[in-house]
Amino acid sequence: MSFSEKYIFSTDHKVIGLQYMFTGIFMALIGGFFVYVFRMQLAFPGIEVRFYGTVTPLAYNSLVTNHGTIMIFWFAMPVLIAAFGNILIPLMIGCDDMVFPRINRLSFQIFLLSAIILIASFFVPNGGFGGAWTAYPPLSAEAAYNSTPLGAPMWLIAVALEFVAFLLGGINFITTLMNARAPGMTMYRIPMACWMIVIASILFMCSVGPLIAGAVMLLFDQTLNTHFFDAAGGGDPLLWQHLFWFFGHPEVYVVLLPAMGFVADIMAVMARKKLFGYKTILYSVFATGILSFVVWAHHQFIAGIDPRMANLFTVTTLLISVPIAELCFVYIATLYGGSITFNTPMLWALSFLVEFLIGGVTGIFLGASGADIYFHDTYFVVAHFHYTFVPIAIIGFYCGITFWFPKIFGKMMNDTLGKIHFWGTIIPFNFIFIPLFLLGAAGQHRRIYNFENFQDLALPEFFNLRVIATVSLIVMICFQLVFLVNFILTLRKGKKAPRNPWNSNTLEWTAESPPPHGNWPVLPTVYRGPYEYGHPDRPDSDYWPQDEPGPDPADPDYKSTQA
Amino acid sequence: MSETAEHHDDHHPPKYYVKIWVILLVLLTVSIVGPMIGIKWLTLITAFGIALVKAGMVCAYFMHLNIERKVAWYILCATLLLLLVFFTGVAPDVMKPSGTNWQSLYHEPTEEESMVHHGDEHAEDAHHGDEDTHHGDEDAKHDDGHDEHSEDEHHDADSHDEGH
Amino acid sequence: MSFQVPIATNRSATGIPTSRLAVWWILASEVVIFGGLIMCYLMFRLHHESWGFEAAHTNPIAGGVNTFVLLTSSLFVVLAHQAAEAKETDKSVRYIWFTIFGGFIFMMVKAYEYTTEITHGYTMFKSVFWSFYYTATGLHGFHVMAGMFIMWMISRDVKKGKNLHRVEIIGIYWHFVDVVWIFLFPLLYIAK
Repeated sequence: MSFSEKYIFSTDHKVIGLQYMFTGIFMALIGGFFVYVFRMQLAFPGIEVRFYGTVTPLAYNSLVTNHGTIMIFWFAMPVLIAAFGNILIPLMIGCDDMVFPRINRLSFQIFLLSAIILIASFFVPNGGFGGAWTAYPPLSAEAAYNSTPLGAPMWLIAVALEFVAFLLGGINFITTLMNARAPGMTMYRIPMACWMIVIASILFMCSVGPLIAGAVMLLFDQTLNTHFFDAAGGGDPLLWQHLFWFFGHPEVYVVLLPAMGFVADIMAVMARKKLFGYKTILYSVFATGILSFVVWAHHQFIAGIDPRMANLFTVTTLLISVPIAELCFVYIATLYGGSITFNTPMLWALSFLVEFLIGGVTGIFLGASGADIYFHDTYFVVAHFHYTFVPIAIIGFYCGITFWFPKIFGKMMNDTLGKIHFWGTIIPFNFIFIPLFLLGAAGQHRRIYNFENFQDLALPEFFNLRVIATVSLIVMICFQLVFLVNFILTLRKGKKAPRNPWNSNTLEWTAESPPPHGNWPVLPTVYRGPYEYGHPDRPDSDYWPQDEPGPDPADPDYKSTQA
Repeated sequence: MSETAEHHDDHHPPKYYVKIWVILLVLLTVSIVGPMIGIKWLTLITAFGIALVKAGMVCAYFMHLNIERKVAWYILCATLLLLLVFFTGVAPDVMKPSGTNWQSLYHEPTEEESMVHHGDEHAEDAHHGDEDTHHGDEDAKHDDGHDEHSEDEHHDADSHDEGH
Repeated sequence: MSFQVPIATNRSATGIPTSRLAVWWILASEVVIFGGLIMCYLMFRLHHESWGFEAAHTNPIAGGVNTFVLLTSSLFVVLAHQAAEAKETDKSVRYIWFTIFGGFIFMMVKAYEYTTEITHGYTMFKSVFWSFYYTATGLHGFHVMAGMFIMWMISRDVKKGKNLHRVEIIGIYWHFVDVVWIFLFPLLYIAK
């Protein structure tokens, strides 16, 4: 096979997964660069930012918009769902590839095209779209308002293409999980990582439809002068908000679920303990998924929606915190009494729980429509969603990569460098966003280019908080170099990884590190669930691989050999 | 859980599907004729009720959903339910004519305005020509159109239109 | 090296063949896309009674003819599927081509409709009703053309006796396109 057949036009799920991963990481670097630039502007207004220059108001809007858009659509989703989903799902369920490998390849090609169009939008006259990642009309619809007649439609087309890529990918994942499982792998024997990625794909497929319709309408408003969202012309700008958030809220669960799936798997393995309440987790996730479709208008509490709907959405929003909290309790219960190894993947998994909990509880303030009247559009919201999104995207990514690196690349990463990178990321992360909670509570609004222009927000104390946040961001970015060094050094000179370095039960660890094309010469058969750790009937081993022939302790007819 | 997939055992002769097709055509005819009678509730039943029946028949008999595993029905019904949720959540806002602090400035088109007048304009100019005629109509119908609005400042604010 | 179908593709833990399972999920996502657009239209239409005047200028005869054409083409694709199941490939190919031809007639009628409407001044920009009309029927027409193209590709395989199971799959997709039109027809052409 030629190089291009093997690496560029491959239909192998592992290669496609890596293509998504590296594209996603590249886009994250761009999104990270953007946040560095605009945070420098906020902390030191008017400064000539190193590697960029001075930030104009128009450029500020564009930086903020594209930071958000890139991080969600071109980093979190491709890495958590497309990359890890592609690499892991066939391996974890015991088959040789995705059920539609060529559609898989097509979905990556469409995704790549969408990334290219987005990047191209930064270089057209007047630059990239600056109407916020939520793109509310009339700002997003009229070039007279947004000043980016080319950037705005290009942004929209890039996002629409990304949606198409993920719809195609989603169909592959869902169908593969439903149909291509190894013999013996019943519904309740599927590892959590797979379940979560597939449920996320289902949520995505069901929620993105109205937004695709809306995107077509917005594109026509932008380019053809129709009036779908123009009140005077007979349309309604509030309609876009509903279309966007009907998707936007399930979207956050789309990215949350895979991260929680990785954390579940890592915790069970590193605590050497059975996942507490597999079915509880599953049903809580189903409940979350269903509820996530009826909470969307909490993003629109002060947009002038019907107050009766605001009441309804407050209730549902507060309700949805219950199943997620349930998940967190189940994870803690998994750890309790376990024999915990504090290696790098476990540190990341534990930190996910802690940081996400903080993000989750701050969401309660925002979910109550009364309190939200104050908090909406302040930095409190920004801090809340970063305390949820950063654990999801960044901690989730590092959970996945440090845990599955040995399988994907066949080498063991250096654990000491991993821990240095971990602490160098987590500590600054908190110092970035706690100041933002304080600033938000003090009334600092979002999407403002220069707070010197606001007397009550230009106080020196507030600028100190902004500086702390910005400096911590720079420290956090610098520590990512440690990861990069670890990554590259390991690939070049690292120790060869054994087949199953973590002594895990799941099927992917029975394949070679890295697995060849086709994954196994003989596809495995499954005999039990994925979390049989520390079973008393196996005194000589604290784990019981899924593919090892023998009884299933979860079977009602199973007779324990203990008294 | 089976390893092999089932294929639909289609014991129906082709005539069976032709029969379904004929029923669909009959329904189509009813749904066209019904609204021509003009009674509103009859139009609703014949046009939309029959559309539901036709769609259901195409799904059940042509798509073979009636002999498919239940999971396919559940998936499709779930999406329909979602659309209902969407409509219920959004309609109170989009279908609102006015609020405590705002009014809709949208001018509802009259029967006259909805038609396009021909005569002296040729095809490419028809669009522009129509816009001018519409403006004229709007001005002429200003008082009629704004009868519902009680505020006087509304009239004043719009009076600059008369300059066109 | 040519592409080899993986073992995964032919497994079926659910009992439904993989390709058919996939097409149900494709339909689910399309239901929400078209459904979203139609729900938006419905909200506006119910809110603005005056749009009835605008809608009076769509061509119900053309709409009715198109509904007939699509229903008939749906019949043909079901017969094509039956023939494929019975391994009667020539018959199946013939029926598939009748379906494609039905799609072609549909697009021709649409072209006639659009041309008449545009030259009479009922363009996409005349009002939001017309914007919806062109967007909804345009999106639907795009799906019709995509379906025609895929059917052509599948007919080539069927002629050689390969991939006969795909006739059912494209049939299900085509029925969905038909169902969307069954709803668009009363919404845009009848409700006046």
